[in-house]
Amino acid sequence: MKNLEDLEKKINSELTTKIKKTEIKHDQIYLETDKDNLVDVCLFLKTNKDTKFRQLIDITVVDYPERNQRFDLVYLFLSHEFNQRLVLKYSISENELITSLTGIFPSSNWMEREVFDMYGVSFKDHPDLRRILTDYGFEGHPLRKDFPLTGHSEVRYSEDAKKVISEPVKLEQNFRNFDYESPWEGTKYIKDEIDGNDKKN
Amino acid sequence: MVMTKKIKNLNLNFGPQHPAAHGVLRLILELDGEIVEKADPHIGLLHRGTEKLIENKTYMQAVPYFDRLDYVAPMNQEHAFALAIEKILKIDVPIRAQYIRVIFCEIGRILSHILNVTTQAMDVGALTPTLWGFEEREKLMGFYERVSGSRLHANYFRAGGVHQDLPQGLDDDIAKFCSDFPKIINDLESLLTDNRIFKQRNVDIGIVSKQDALDYSFSGVMLRGSGVPWDLRKSQPYDCYKNLDFKIPVGKNGDCYDRYLCRIEEMKESVSIINQCLSKIEKGPIKSLDGKISPPPKKEIKQSMEALIHHFKLFTEGYRVPKDEIYTSVEAPKGEFGVYLISDGSSKPYKCKIRAPGFSHLQSMDYLIKGHMLADVPAVLGSLDIVFGEVDR
Repeated sequence: MKNLEDLEKKINSELTTKIKKTEIKHDQIYLETDKDNLVDVCLFLKTNKDTKFRQLIDITVVDYPERNQRFDLVYLFLSHEFNQRLVLKYSISENELITSLTGIFPSSNWMEREVFDMYGVSFKDHPDLRRILTDYGFEGHPLRKDFPLTGHSEVRYSEDAKKVISEPVKLEQNFRNFDYESPWEGTKYIKDEIDGNDKKN
Repeated sequence: MVMTKKIKNLNLNFGPQHPAAHGVLRLILELDGEIVEKADPHIGLLHRGTEKLIENKTYMQAVPYFDRLDYVAPMNQEHAFALAIEKILKIDVPIRAQYIRVIFCEIGRILSHILNVTTQAMDVGALTPTLWGFEEREKLMGFYERVSGSRLHANYFRAGGVHQDLPQGLDDDIAKFCSDFPKIINDLESLLTDNRIFKQRNVDIGIVSKQDALDYSFSGVMLRGSGVPWDLRKSQPYDCYKNLDFKIPVGKNGDCYDRYLCRIEEMKESVSIINQCLSKIEKGPIKSLDGKISPPPKKEIKQSMEALIHHFKLFTEGYRVPKDEIYTSVEAPKGEFGVYLISDGSSKPYKCKIRAPGFSHLQSMDYLIKGHMLADVPAVLGSLDIVFGEVDR
């Protein structure tokens, strides 16, 4: 399809209930679907002659820990023929299993491994779901919002053990997150202190 | 009597401390004699958690992390991040700033391509191109230093423009470089393009078909080498690329040699782009005039209360970016470098996913090298143009 409005209509008429919401902004089309329809939607986008989103650019996750369905999975597609970009999204809760796209897009192999490594989202039918970016034997999923920035363990060479050992992080000074957002109400620790004093009195 | 002998495939550990691994790649190769049966790249030895760090910094503080991704062409990465913020904030970039950014992006492209072409030659046995090429890289990094204060980690692009104007005389020096450099490219070509050994090592090695290039999410030279005429500077032009006239070199066979030729041609095009920019650039502001986004000049801080407040707020809280999500990409020297940014209305990004071209390219290593000889591994790896800063992030 030549322009995004036509593409939006086409997708809505062909996929009807499989698509929850469509939106056009920043010259890109944003689709929302759900996890059961993922494969159907992707196959349609890749093979239909009016869409031809043949390249999967990236897969990523957005973590919203306060939500019931904690993770948003985001797939970015590119169509060379029509020079268009598409963003596909759906939400899942923490321990849900997702169908892997490796059968449709071979390049999704490492992208899904990265998502698994960074967020702990698992894929079924993935040929080789291992950690990819973190160290051998790493624990936890670093890009989750509840994973501390400083991490849990640090490694160093131990002269006694004559090998590299891992131990809990010790910092001279803890990471400080300054709160500049509300200058007129005072920073958060002052507020806490005032609240604490109020309770005491 | 027939003698039976058990033959086992040999597993070879290539890297992480191997000069031809281009950084810290650990490649586990399964060999049958000298034929590679399987390659399993282990990456992440340079993983620094860039995306996590960016979530904890203001938008301005996040820029230097982008220099450290693909550290041979730092400004191209900053460009993608700056464009993402600009699109969300809906601010216009002054025309002079656009030209300055394009000049330095093309300098970055030349920096990266010199490094890649010459080290690829070194991997297959030629030492001289590296020595000649690095002399030119030194000059280009000199331009980086004069404009930003550092040779490598520039931290120069800002949302809304660039940090400082070009120092006096820099445009003349860049123009002089552009008039000299084509001769150096010819010299490099005279060493490599028709070189018998270089051709034997690269022609018909690591062939990628058009379809596979699309399936494996290739971009940049890896895609163009296979005959797909796709360049984001042309197809989705950003900044002032639409005012410039340049060609897109496209390969035919999709082998290592075609990719080398594409890079050489791209360097020539980059020189022409820089020349065009230098002739078109005009005097004017170099960053957005909106005081809520770009910091005021030092002189004004001493005299104006408003400027002082702006300065203080920008360097403590930083500017706030309204709630939105966007994917922007630029044609970095290695391919499509993209930033998927989610802002939540505060002064820090909620999520910043970095799409590095090298990640998808390295993924295809197993497919590319299967059935090749062990000695072809460095040649293929060299033509993939891998830099571990961006693969591991």
